[in-house]
Amino acid sequence: MARVVVDVMLKSEILDPQGEAVLGALPRLGVNDVSSVRIGKRVEIEFDENAQNVEEQSRVIADQLLANPVIESFSLSIEGA
Amino acid sequence: MSARIGVVTFPGSLDDRDAARAVRLAGGEPVALWHDDAALAGVDAVFLPGGFSYGDSLRCGAIARFSQVMDTVKAAAAQGMPVLGVCNGFQVLCESHLLPGALVRNAHLRYRNRPARLRVETSRTAWTRLYQPGAEVVFPAKHGEGRYVADEAVLDELEADGRVVFRYLDNPNGSMRDIAGVTNEAGNVVGLMPHPEHAVDELTGPSDDGLGVVASVLAHLTGAADTSGVSR
Repeated sequence: MARVVVDVMLKSEILDPQGEAVLGALPRLGVNDVSSVRIGKRVEIEFDENAQNVEEQSRVIADQLLANPVIESFSLSIEGA
Repeated sequence: MSARIGVVTFPGSLDDRDAARAVRLAGGEPVALWHDDAALAGVDAVFLPGGFSYGDSLRCGAIARFSQVMDTVKAAAAQGMPVLGVCNGFQVLCESHLLPGALVRNAHLRYRNRPARLRVETSRTAWTRLYQPGAEVVFPAKHGEGRYVADEAVLDELEADGRVVFRYLDNPNGSMRDIAGVTNEAGNVVGLMPHPEHAVDELTGPSDDGLGVVASVLAHLTGAADTSGVSR
């Protein structure tokens, strides 16, 4: 069974207000030496036993649905084919 | 015979009734369209209303893009049919690549719910032709993901081609270049975050400035015979 992990991140030039909010909270934890926090999504996909073209299909899923290429980029990793 | 304006209801749409009411008050005939219906029931234009289609799962508008009705709307828009997307409808149009750019979380992370003052930047679209360019209007804005973003080259192109349709006078969400609404190259597809359909009656909204949006498309449709396509 193939398991695919897709990480989706906002492109670096797009402001990430969630990350900014987390960054702003860090001094309250006593952490003062962080310069940037960016928040993304991790998507885990499990294919059927006999699935073919797992990488190709994953790329279609990530490119057309999971990430919006206008604002986001993605990376794929395939675990256990 | 009045023009038939289709109002699409997705699971999670909220403003479809107000959209239909606005169509009726402006003199059109609203026609209810359902998200998994591939037929457009002979409508002359389509209104994609606000709300939270498919729960806004993944990203606002991302799932609605793959609905049956959007396949048909995309094909009709390519043929010049006027299509308006408001709020979640604008997000659906961007996700469907009918309009450039994307709508992301408001810069301040808060849901913004208040009337927005806007400038109508162009009358050269199917949905704004009755406004004077430069006219100021007030439409309610209510969104958490309304910050318009696109890369600088796209923004420059939109500005150069006069495709920024509405601009905020008091930017409520951090949208790039204060952009509240844009149009496609042909001028038949328009999307904006604030809600003209909530501004059709001074009893229930901050103004009746929004009537002009539907009135514009009605004028566009009746005048369509003597202009070649969209008035650009």
